[in-house]
Amino acid sequence: MDVIYSINGPVVTVKNSKSFAMLEMVYVGNLRLIGEVIMLSQQQTTIQVYEDTAGLAVGEPVTGSGGPLCALLGPGIISNIFDGIERPLKALNEKSGAFLDRGVSCDNLDTERLWDVKILVGAGDSVSEGQIFAQTPENEGIMHKSMIPPGISGKVISAAGDGSYNILTPLITVEDKKGIKHEIALAQKWPIKYTRPSSERLSACEPLVTGQRVIDTLFPIAKGGAAAVPGSFGTGKTMVQHQIAKWSDADIIVYIGCGERGNEMTQVLEEFSELRDPKTGRALTERTVMIANTSNMPVAAREASIYTGVTLAEYYRDMGYHVAIMADSTSRWAEALREISGRLEEMPAEEGFPSYLPSRLSKFYERAGYVQTLSGKKGSVTIIGAVSPQGGDFSEPVTQNTKRFIRCFWALDRELAYSRHYPAINWITSYTEYFDELREWYGQNVCADFESVRSRIIGILLEENRLMEIVKLIGEDVLPEDQKLIIVTAKAIRQGFLQQNAMHDTDTYVPLEKQYDMMKLILDLYDKAMSLVKQGIPLSRISQTGVFDAVMRVKFEIKNDELEKFGSLTQELSAKLENLEESYR
Amino acid sequence: MSRVRIQYLGIKEINGPLIVLDGVKNAHFDEMADIVLDSGETRHGRIIRLDGEKAVIQMFEGTNDMSLTGSRTSFTGKPMQLDLSEEILGRVFDGAGRPIDGLGPVYCDKKADINGAAINPVARRYPNDFICTGISSIDMLMTLIRGQKLPIFSGSGIPHDRLAVQIATGAGIKSGDSGDFAIVFAAMGVKNDVADFFRREFKASGSGTNLVMFLNLANDPIIERIVTPRCALTAAEYLAFEKGKQVLVIMTDISAYAEALRELSASKGEIPARKGFPGYLYSDFASLYERAGMIKGKEGSVTLIPILTMPNDDITHPIPDLTGYITEGQIVLDRTLSQNGIYPPVSVLPSLSRLMKDGIGEGFTREDHASLSNQLFAAYARVADARALASVIGEEELSDTDKAYIEFGREFEAKFINQPVGERRSIEQTLDLGWQLLTLLPKEELSRVSGELIDKYLPKKAGE
Repeated sequence: MDVIYSINGPVVTVKNSKSFAMLEMVYVGNLRLIGEVIMLSQQQTTIQVYEDTAGLAVGEPVTGSGGPLCALLGPGIISNIFDGIERPLKALNEKSGAFLDRGVSCDNLDTERLWDVKILVGAGDSVSEGQIFAQTPENEGIMHKSMIPPGISGKVISAAGDGSYNILTPLITVEDKKGIKHEIALAQKWPIKYTRPSSERLSACEPLVTGQRVIDTLFPIAKGGAAAVPGSFGTGKTMVQHQIAKWSDADIIVYIGCGERGNEMTQVLEEFSELRDPKTGRALTERTVMIANTSNMPVAAREASIYTGVTLAEYYRDMGYHVAIMADSTSRWAEALREISGRLEEMPAEEGFPSYLPSRLSKFYERAGYVQTLSGKKGSVTIIGAVSPQGGDFSEPVTQNTKRFIRCFWALDRELAYSRHYPAINWITSYTEYFDELREWYGQNVCADFESVRSRIIGILLEENRLMEIVKLIGEDVLPEDQKLIIVTAKAIRQGFLQQNAMHDTDTYVPLEKQYDMMKLILDLYDKAMSLVKQGIPLSRISQTGVFDAVMRVKFEIKNDELEKFGSLTQELSAKLENLEESYR
Repeated sequence: MSRVRIQYLGIKEINGPLIVLDGVKNAHFDEMADIVLDSGETRHGRIIRLDGEKAVIQMFEGTNDMSLTGSRTSFTGKPMQLDLSEEILGRVFDGAGRPIDGLGPVYCDKKADINGAAINPVARRYPNDFICTGISSIDMLMTLIRGQKLPIFSGSGIPHDRLAVQIATGAGIKSGDSGDFAIVFAAMGVKNDVADFFRREFKASGSGTNLVMFLNLANDPIIERIVTPRCALTAAEYLAFEKGKQVLVIMTDISAYAEALRELSASKGEIPARKGFPGYLYSDFASLYERAGMIKGKEGSVTLIPILTMPNDDITHPIPDLTGYITEGQIVLDRTLSQNGIYPPVSVLPSLSRLMKDGIGEGFTREDHASLSNQLFAAYARVADARALASVIGEEELSDTDKAYIEFGREFEAKFINQPVGERRSIEQTLDLGWQLLTLLPKEELSRVSGELIDKYLPKKAGE
C-alpha cells in the first residue's frame, strides 16, 4: 500500500511508489481527499491536494483512481453551481451545512433525477464519435444533446426506447471494429486538462454581441475569440464580466469565479435568477453554469477550476451551441500555479511565477475557438479572462503573457474609474484584432457604412487625446474654435456614448441598431456644428443651444424599442442649429 | 479521550521561530504541540510541515532560551482551538486567545478550530443592509453595508484609529438594541497606546460590555500575530452565526500581520514573490477577509474593517494591493487632507464601496443617493484636473467653469468631507448637503443626475 511520506500545505509526497501515472487523480489519507499527481520520479511521487490538508498524518494511505481528473458531463449542468473540481455546491450545502467540509463525497450531477430522453439511433445503425444519439430538454430553453464519446465508433447493437432515464443508465450499446462493446449512458467523463476534439477550426465571422457600446462598437470580440480585461482593483473588471454574462448573445454562459469574492458569486446567483435573457425572455440562470472557487477555498482546486469550466463549455459547444466563458480572475489562477510551484521548490522565473506560466496560459486561451463539431454542427467557445495586475501595473508577467494569446484587450483605467466613467475601458490603450474579420458582418447586419462611422468616432477620440496634451499645459481657451469643437464632441462621445450605466434599465443593454443611431446622431451634429464654426459662429453659442447636452441624454431618453425617435430628434436638433445659423445671416 | 501521549526528548534544529523534531510518529499536519522546557515552562507550537519522521514546528512564544536538549515535546492531536461562549463579551485575550485580564479562563460552550472553514457561496446571503455611520463622506460616497469587508487604507500619523472607533460606535447606534451588537477587536503588532486608545474609547461609548479584545502588541511574538486575526474571526463567527449578533470586527494593523507572515516565510526558506512577501499572501489574506459575510437562515452578520498602514503611503504596495482585490472596496485616507486639518481625511476618488449599489436608493436611503454620489464623484474628479491646470497657468486664467470647479472643490472638502468628531449627520442631512454643494456648479455640468432629480432636490438660486 502506498502511504503519505511528507506533507507541506497542499503538497503531499509518497516514497518509492510505481503505482501512479502523471496527472492521475488520487485519494489521499483516511478522509480520501481528492488530489492529483503532478510530479513522478523513481523515488518520489508528488501530489497536489484539492482540499485542506490539516489533520493528515504521515503513513495514511494514498490510492489511485486509475485515470486523470475528469469532469462528469451530462444533463443537469446548466443552472448548477460547482466548485473547482465540479462538486455541486448546492448539494454540499444540503449535506454539510453553510461551511464547506472536507472529504464529503457527493455525485457531481444528480444521478437520481429522471430525464425524458428521445433516442435518435436504432440497433443496426453505425455511429461515429461525437454523433448525437439522444436528446433531452435540460430546461425549456436548452436541448441537451448526448453524443457518442470521442474515441468510440462502430455499430449500435442495442438501443433503449424513448423514456425516462437517469444519467447513468446505459441507453445504447456500440460494438466497435475490434468487437469491444461500449455501453453509453447520458453521462460521460472527460479529463479536464485535455481539449475535446472537433472536426475543424473555422475562422471567426460573427461578433459576440454584448449590448455594451464601447465593446460592440469600438472593440468587438468574435464568437470563438479570446479577450482579456485587465484592471487594478475597483476599476470594474467584475462588472464588465457580469454585464457580458447577462446580456451577450451566447447560448450558454460559463461563469468561473476563480479565487474571487464569495459575495460576488452570491450576487450572480441572485441577480441572474431574476433577470431575463433579452433574446429568449427566460431567466438568465437557465443558460448559466457557475464554477465558484472563492479566494478562501483550497488553492489547488482554484488551479483546476479554469479547466473544469472550459471543459463544460466545450461539451456544450460540441452540441452546436455558442458558449462564452467568463474567467474571473486568471491572475488568481496564475497565483495558484505560483503557490504550488513554490511548494515544489521549483526555480522561479519572473516575480516568483513558474517558468511554465506562458505555456499554461496559452493552453487555456487556445481552447477558445469557432469550430465545426464532430457531428457537423457549428459551435464556439469564447473566453473572456479578467486579469488583476498587481498594483495596476500592466507590465507584470500575467498581463504580458496573456496579451500574447488573446486578440482583444479591454484595458481598464484607474483614472476613468475614479471619475466614475464606467465601463472604464480606456479607448486609447485597448485594442481588438477581430474587427477585420467582422467588418463584413457589421456591414450586412447593422448598416453598410458602419465601418466608416466607427472609424470617424475613433478619429475624433484620438484627436481629442492629442489636443488634451496641449490643454493640460495651456488651458482650453487658447485653442481655435474648430479644435474646441472636437473637444466638445469627444466629451459628448465619452459621456453620451462610451459611458454606460449598468444600473439603468434602458442603458444596461443597448442593441447594435441603437448604438449605430447614436453614433450617427453625434456625427451629424458634429458636421453641422463644424460648418457653423467655419462660418465664424462662436462655439459657445452652439453649445448654448443645448444640442450636445441632448446628445448626452439620448441613451436614457430613447428607449431601446423606440429607435424611430432618432429621426425626429435629429431633425429637432438640426433645426436648432439652423435657427442659430439664420440669426447670423 | 485519553490517548497515551508520546513525549519526544530534545530538538534536532532551531531556526528563528521554527524547531525541527526527528523520529516523530503519527503526527498530524497542522496539529498543536506542547513543549516543556528544562525550566518547566510550557510553550506551544504548531506543525507546519511533515517530512517522513521529521516534523517542523512553529513556536508561538518564540524560541528564546530553548536548547537542543532537555525539552520534552508532546502532540495534542488537535488543531488550534478557541474556547467560546457568550462569556467572552467584555473580556480581553492575548493574541493566541488566552485571557489576560486576570478574570480566569472562559467557561466554554464550544471549542472551534481557529482556521474556520470557507462559507459555501450558495449559503451566503447577499448583503444589502445599509449601515449609517453618521459620517457624510462614508455614508454618501462609500456606503458601509452590513456583512461587508471594507478596509481603511492609511499611513502612520493619520488618525485612522479615531475614524475606526467612530464608525464602530456610529454603526452601533443604528442597530438600536445594543444586545444584538458586538465589537471584536484584534490588535496585531500595534503599540500599547493604540490598544489602550481603543479600549478607552469603546468604554466611553458604552460598548465595553459588547467588546471582545484580542491583543498582540508590537513586542509580542510574531507567530502569535499570525493566529490573532484567526482567533478574533472565530469569536466573531461564533457570536454572529450561533448567537445571532451583528458583529463588527476591527483588525489593526494588517501591515504588521503581513510582515509577520513574511518573517515566518523567510525562516521556512520559501521562495518569495513581491517585496519578499510569500506567494500565498493573497490566499492567506483571503482566508481572513472572506470570513466576513452573512449566511442564509441566520440572523447575525460579520462586518469586517481591517486597518492597514500603507508603507510609504504607496497604494500599489503588495499589502494594500492584495487587500483591495479581496475586500469589497476601501476607504483611503489622505495625508495632505490630514495635514490641512480636515477630519476625517477621506481621499474620495480612490475610495469605493462595491456593495453600496445594492444597499442604497429608494427603500434603503433615498432615491437620489446613487445619482447624487456619482455626480459628486465625477465633479470632484474634475476638480483635480482644474487644480492641475491652475498650478500651471494660475487660477486667474482659468475658464469660468474651471473656476467654479475649484470653488466647489474647496467647499466640498471644507464642509462635506470635514466633519467635527462629535457631529453625527443623518443620511438626509448628508444628501441635502451634497445638493447644496452642487449649486456651486453650472447646471449644464450636472450630467449624472436626471432633470427630475434636479427639479426636486437642487436648491433654487436666488432669483430663479
